Amino acid sequence: MAKLKYALYTGCTARESTPELLMSTMAVAKKLGIELVLLDEASCCGASHLQDFDDFLSLVLNARNICYAEKQGLDMVTICNTCQLNTVLTKERLDHDEDIKSQVNEKLAEVGLEYKGTSSVRHFLYAIIDDYGLDKLAEKVEKPLSDFNIAAFYGCHNIRPSHVHYKHNTPEGYDPEIDEGGAMDGFETEEMMGKYNMHENPYNPTSLDRLIEALKGNSVDYDSKNKCCGFHADLQAPKTANRLTGTALLDAIDNNADMMVTPCPLCHLNMDVKQHAVAKEMGRDIALPVLHLPQLVGLALGIDPKELGLQHNVAEVNFA
Amino acid sequence: MSTERITKKLTFKTFRFNTETDFLPYFKTYEMEVGKDELVLDILNRIKWEFDGSFSYRRSCRHGICGACAIKVNGKPVLSCKQNVWELVDIFQTDTLLLEPQSKKRVVKDMIIDRSDFWEKHAKLRPYLEAEVDENPEEEIKVSPKEAEELLEADYCIQCGSCYYACPVVEVNEEYFGPAQFAKAYRFNADVRDSAKADRLETVREMGPGVWDCVKCFECAEACPKDVNPIEKITKLHNQLFEEGMAQDNVATRHAVGFKHSIVKHGILDEGELVRYSEGNIGVLKHLPEAIAMFKKGKIVMPWNMPKSKNLDEIKTLVKSSSKVKF
Repeated sequence: MAKLKYALYTGCTARESTPELLMSTMAVAKKLGIELVLLDEASCCGASHLQDFDDFLSLVLNARNICYAEKQGLDMVTICNTCQLNTVLTKERLDHDEDIKSQVNEKLAEVGLEYKGTSSVRHFLYAIIDDYGLDKLAEKVEKPLSDFNIAAFYGCHNIRPSHVHYKHNTPEGYDPEIDEGGAMDGFETEEMMGKYNMHENPYNPTSLDRLIEALKGNSVDYDSKNKCCGFHADLQAPKTANRLTGTALLDAIDNNADMMVTPCPLCHLNMDVKQHAVAKEMGRDIALPVLHLPQLVGLALGIDPKELGLQHNVAEVNFA
Repeated sequence: MSTERITKKLTFKTFRFNTETDFLPYFKTYEMEVGKDELVLDILNRIKWEFDGSFSYRRSCRHGICGACAIKVNGKPVLSCKQNVWELVDIFQTDTLLLEPQSKKRVVKDMIIDRSDFWEKHAKLRPYLEAEVDENPEEEIKVSPKEAEELLEADYCIQCGSCYYACPVVEVNEEYFGPAQFAKAYRFNADVRDSAKADRLETVREMGPGVWDCVKCFECAEACPKDVNPIEKITKLHNQLFEEGMAQDNVATRHAVGFKHSIVKHGILDEGELVRYSEGNIGVLKHLPEAIAMFKKGKIVMPWNMPKSKNLDEIKTLVKSSSKVKF
């Protein structure tokens, strides 16, 4: 297999409030022999909030970020669900609307850039699963996570809307095997209805659970794994956000989770940093270690916890 | 050619509850052979006709247009009359399907729920065209194809409630209007004949019930059987508030605008400054306990260490030339 190489769009949190995410991503990539080229030129994706204010500006900025991956001839990987969605939503619009693409490129030309649409954009989670491969990952496990019940928390923007997920978070040329199921042959169904596949069903996602099992951990079955943490309303509707975060945390705890893992740093901020405020809102004690996806992978690969930035997690992680 | 009918043996775990006679809800299991062309509505009919005549559910048009028969199967909102059963078997890789009402806490009987909150909120957003119409018109009111496209197919909504009962905010905030309601508000706000845009915007900008409380989870987009994509319309309402100069100065609007301030200064977000700008100098104090916890763990970047994107000049140029909205 040729060496895997991607352009890494870190997003903002990995450079600020979740330094452990960037540390662990780089450490895991190094251990697995995946080359990540940091896109230091990239700006914030707007996180869907800039999009509420100035849609066109957000398109131009996201297109610029993709340009830098294209310039290097690399596919882009993201480590934040919200970066992932806002980047691919931009890509979707530019790739399917010549008019908007030329408007955006007119602006980009002012700084000597052009959006072409040649780089794919995927979350690092799916690069590990589909490009590196879970079987190969399983062979590299040095410290099996068999002592732990691990609750996967998927984060909305990686799995919804599913037609966007299906198009971008799946490997190229991926063709879902649909068995003799009636809907597919001789029965007219709309594109939106026939979009699910084994890869990820937004009502029963499996990727993170399969990853946990490849690391020999026990994945926790609980209803909240595909639900929302409420992060995007943290400031204006803290009660809503705390209740959504709390419901998911308690659901995991009530199903005997020893820890939670998430591919999204925004989910992580709510799940990890806010446990005290959330416990107050829910009227129950909450103490659950919450790991970033690469932190969990890194622990199983035997990487030093310090290198994975476990000292930056607010809810204490004891991994002996 | 064989005329034998190909079927699959499937199990339907079905939610049952009669609020008048039952002490608690329960699940009843029905097994049946299901053909490849059968829809969820066929299964509901068969449960009633072949197993238990007391089983209750709503149905009417059978053509995906009345919105009465929406339920959830394995947690996925579906229109019973449109959803093929074998497809669900494919999607969930199981031969046991869970049939549940849209919202268990609103159940009246079995699949039938009380949708009064849905309709009451709907009515508050003036879900109709308001226009001065000449009683004796000389010619028709013309809407160009381009103007009609602006509705973004929001008029396809059949008010089945799939998005509303999938919305997590509706679950925790009783006053929140909900995705179907916002999509309808957008539908008339985008109609060139309508004259009540400002009134609707005044209603949807309220903190609590309004659009700012959306958590952007995309459950509504996923749930809609008509591909209305309600969250797109919620974003459009946000945009309209700014475009029409009707966005109030509050934590939510400052949060949206704050991104631009941060991006022009650093390229990436200054997280601490964004919170301070959004909350104001006093409001920001309530985040102090979390800020201290984060500081102790090395999760707060000091202003003098704030990282900047490379080629920041490009970003500054683009923000200047590409900004289209003012606040």
